[in-house]
Amino acid sequence: MKENGQDISQALSITPPDVTEKKLKVRKPYLGLFFLGVFFFMVIFADLISPYDPFASDLSKGTLPPSWQEGGTAAHLLGTDFLGRDQLSRIIHGSRMSLVVSVGCILIYGTIGIILGLISGFFGGKTDMFIMRLSDIWQSVPGLIVILLLVSVIGASAKTVIISIGITGWPQFARVVRGECLSLKERDFVRLARVAGCSNFQIMASHIFPNIINTLLVLSTIQIAGIIVLSATLSFLGLGTQPPSCDWGLMLAEGRQYITYAWWLVTFPGIAIAITVIGFNLTGDWLREILDPKQMLR
Amino acid sequence: MKVYLLKRFAFAFFTMFVVITIVFFLYRSGEADPAHIMLPPDATPKDHEILTKNFGLDKPLIIQYFSFLKNAARGDFGKSFRYNESAAKVLFQRFPASLQLGVAAFLFSAIVGLAIGILSAVHRDGWVDRVGRVIALGGMSIPSFWLAVMLMLFFGVTLGWLPVSGRGEGGLLDTLRHMILPAFCLSTYPIALITRLSRSSMIDALKSDYVVMARIKGVPEFYVNIVHAFKNASITLITIMVPMFVYMILGSVVIETIFSWPGIGRLVIEATFARDYPVVQIFILLITFLITTAYIVADVLYAVVDPRIRFQ
Amino acid sequence: MASQKDILLQVKDLKTSFFTKKGVIKAVDGVSFTVKKGEVIGLVGESGSGKSVTSLSIMRLVPQPAGKIVSGEILFKNENLLNKSESEMRELRGNKLAMILQDPMVSLNQLLTVGYQIGETFKYHGKADGSLLTKCINILKKVKVPSPETRVNNFPFQFSGGMCQRVLIGTGIANNPELLIADEPTTALDVTIQAQILKLMKDLQKEINASIILITHDLATIAQICSKVYVMYGGRIVEKAPVKDFYHDPQHPYSEGLIKSVPVLGKRVKRLYAIEGQPPNLINPPPGCRFEPRCSKAKKVCSQKYPPEVELKKDHQVSCWLYS
Repeated sequence: MKENGQDISQALSITPPDVTEKKLKVRKPYLGLFFLGVFFFMVIFADLISPYDPFASDLSKGTLPPSWQEGGTAAHLLGTDFLGRDQLSRIIHGSRMSLVVSVGCILIYGTIGIILGLISGFFGGKTDMFIMRLSDIWQSVPGLIVILLLVSVIGASAKTVIISIGITGWPQFARVVRGECLSLKERDFVRLARVAGCSNFQIMASHIFPNIINTLLVLSTIQIAGIIVLSATLSFLGLGTQPPSCDWGLMLAEGRQYITYAWWLVTFPGIAIAITVIGFNLTGDWLREILDPKQMLR
Repeated sequence: MKVYLLKRFAFAFFTMFVVITIVFFLYRSGEADPAHIMLPPDATPKDHEILTKNFGLDKPLIIQYFSFLKNAARGDFGKSFRYNESAAKVLFQRFPASLQLGVAAFLFSAIVGLAIGILSAVHRDGWVDRVGRVIALGGMSIPSFWLAVMLMLFFGVTLGWLPVSGRGEGGLLDTLRHMILPAFCLSTYPIALITRLSRSSMIDALKSDYVVMARIKGVPEFYVNIVHAFKNASITLITIMVPMFVYMILGSVVIETIFSWPGIGRLVIEATFARDYPVVQIFILLITFLITTAYIVADVLYAVVDPRIRFQ
Repeated sequence: MASQKDILLQVKDLKTSFFTKKGVIKAVDGVSFTVKKGEVIGLVGESGSGKSVTSLSIMRLVPQPAGKIVSGEILFKNENLLNKSESEMRELRGNKLAMILQDPMVSLNQLLTVGYQIGETFKYHGKADGSLLTKCINILKKVKVPSPETRVNNFPFQFSGGMCQRVLIGTGIANNPELLIADEPTTALDVTIQAQILKLMKDLQKEINASIILITHDLATIAQICSKVYVMYGGRIVEKAPVKDFYHDPQHPYSEGLIKSVPVLGKRVKRLYAIEGQPPNLINPPPGCRFEPRCSKAKKVCSQKYPPEVELKKDHQVSCWLYS
């Protein structure tokens, strides 16, 4: 029903007093919030709820199937991997790695993007052109390439993933921030602040920045979804976290070698990734609808 | 328009120059010694010295850079350390496989994505729209490498219907059979993106007055949707789908690795692990070239569709 | 009343609503009127009074999926349009029934040539023989677009607003419609252009002898070309009057307010008159007269029951408790 509001106000040439467009739509994000709830529950209480130490291997219990399948035991609900490590515990602990990596990436490129975007939008002119050209160049180099480069130069690790995704992702952030900044700059409260003698830095920090927080929240939520997929992909390819870390992508890479007889090793970590990403995506879409940043996501 | 295009090409050229420079210095600043990688484990220090000299690795970095630029200008991007052959040749030998997979996947995602997107917009909240929303969410959220592994497990291992590795040796049918799974996995994210984008831009277009006007004139609904709404919606789609096409023919590192597809994606990751710089370098150059060209092509197409740009 | 033969369009108790999550918006709530052959009717009222929805209902193009014609009859040449299939309606649209929208700049598709957009009107009604281009050029000539032979291949952005409106009018009259609905055809234009467009419409109306429903909130426009005025308020018609009566002797307090709020040349007033208050909320409207909260002459009964339509004299009806 998202678009009905607009149709009606168009047809009536007015917005009827009690019907604002925003209130007409908004699908409730129960599923998304539930998935996110599960994810953050795992992150926070990983040590309490995981039945085993995720790193403890017991070769006598190697590659046990999930408990409901023949040969499985109730002790290991989702089975064990080739080293006899409990898969459920590893998945629960893997959530922490996903969060650390994605938040790390967002922090790095968010900072770069916000600073460059603010400068670009606020000062305009040559500075703006320079920064936007820079982001053009940056965007014409696929992120994966930078990651490949960094991996071959400084070696594969979680840190490499964070740094490389961090330095590749900023142009989109910068563009959104710049766009918001451009429109805010013309608003009265910013003009007044200028008249009142605020310095450029003060205006940016205390007048413009607080007004783009909604947009940044939405953008970050949706981008985290993408980063989780990307970082899992890198780990899967052997470019990211290294064994014996608990990382969903890495677990899939390890499980892939046993694909013909241990289906559970390639199934459950993937489900964990999928529901986390779905959670972030649904929540992000919902946030976008209720916070309504204008020019997001082409 | 001509001046504009010239400017764009100049900028594209400049971009490539910047990229190649950064890549060159980043690689050379790494600690690894290429000569060491190339030599067999039992090589003598003498061998090492000869090789270093042959590749000019003993000269100062800046000299190496200029000789690299000079050679690059002549179209010589150095020899692959691993294959001892021209890096360009190595790359272009593997390119057709990626091209084949990419074109197939792109066509599939364009057809499916546009069909779902347009139908969802035309019949909003209808069953296509509902199913399409789930597909789009799934395509955005399910990692393609995991999907690839699961499909391999199901169709390859459990059912044994489809081959899961390589490009196929035999005729057309065998090639097609080999392509189904990788092409499908490669297209899930693009399908999601195209679906979302075509749906939202079609909805925007369908809301506009010229669409109402077309209906008022008695234009049949099919033509209203295609001639009036879709033409306007396609402007947004062009700017996304042209670069998307280029990314897809440049090969997917992940999908090619999983399905052992002999394309450039897999070549590059192998080259990365083997520190075979020249191959990675020329790949990055090719990517930068194609992507910048794609943006120019998108602009030209844009002008073809939109007369307002054309007449500026 | 006019004889049955003269009547082109008869709208009977039309109700069109929008079904939203916030409630049902009764945009048109029981509208009845007739349009005779060759007659020019003015439909006035403020934004949101249901004028546009009424006209879209006649075209059966109420915005989907929220909008819906709930009940009533729309008799066009004695056939109920509401019983027609979508393909029969499509045949009528652009052919016997034509409509012109408010803003010419956005009503024309910016990506298609003007000629193509006029040509569609012929093409989809089986009138596109070999001479489609000539036909389009003739239309442009008819609406007085200069150098039509070259202009026919131009795009809308190469036209001025007034020229775009001429093109739109051209598509409207292309198939010599019997009914032309013009939804605020001059609102988006400059004042000088407005006069030209009105003159053009007047001339064309005489030429093809179509009936016109002119929707506007500009009373000056009505005075220039209409013979009858229907005043809408809150989804209903409150007064129907010949144009002279309406200007000199408006009966409904709302009509009176409208007339008073028009500045008169040469007459000095301290402040222009404005009707106080807000247009009514059309979700769950009160049972009484919609204008009652803003009416200075309101009585007790006004807020309880909707007033019936009373015929004061020939062709002049009003719905107000002052007269019944």
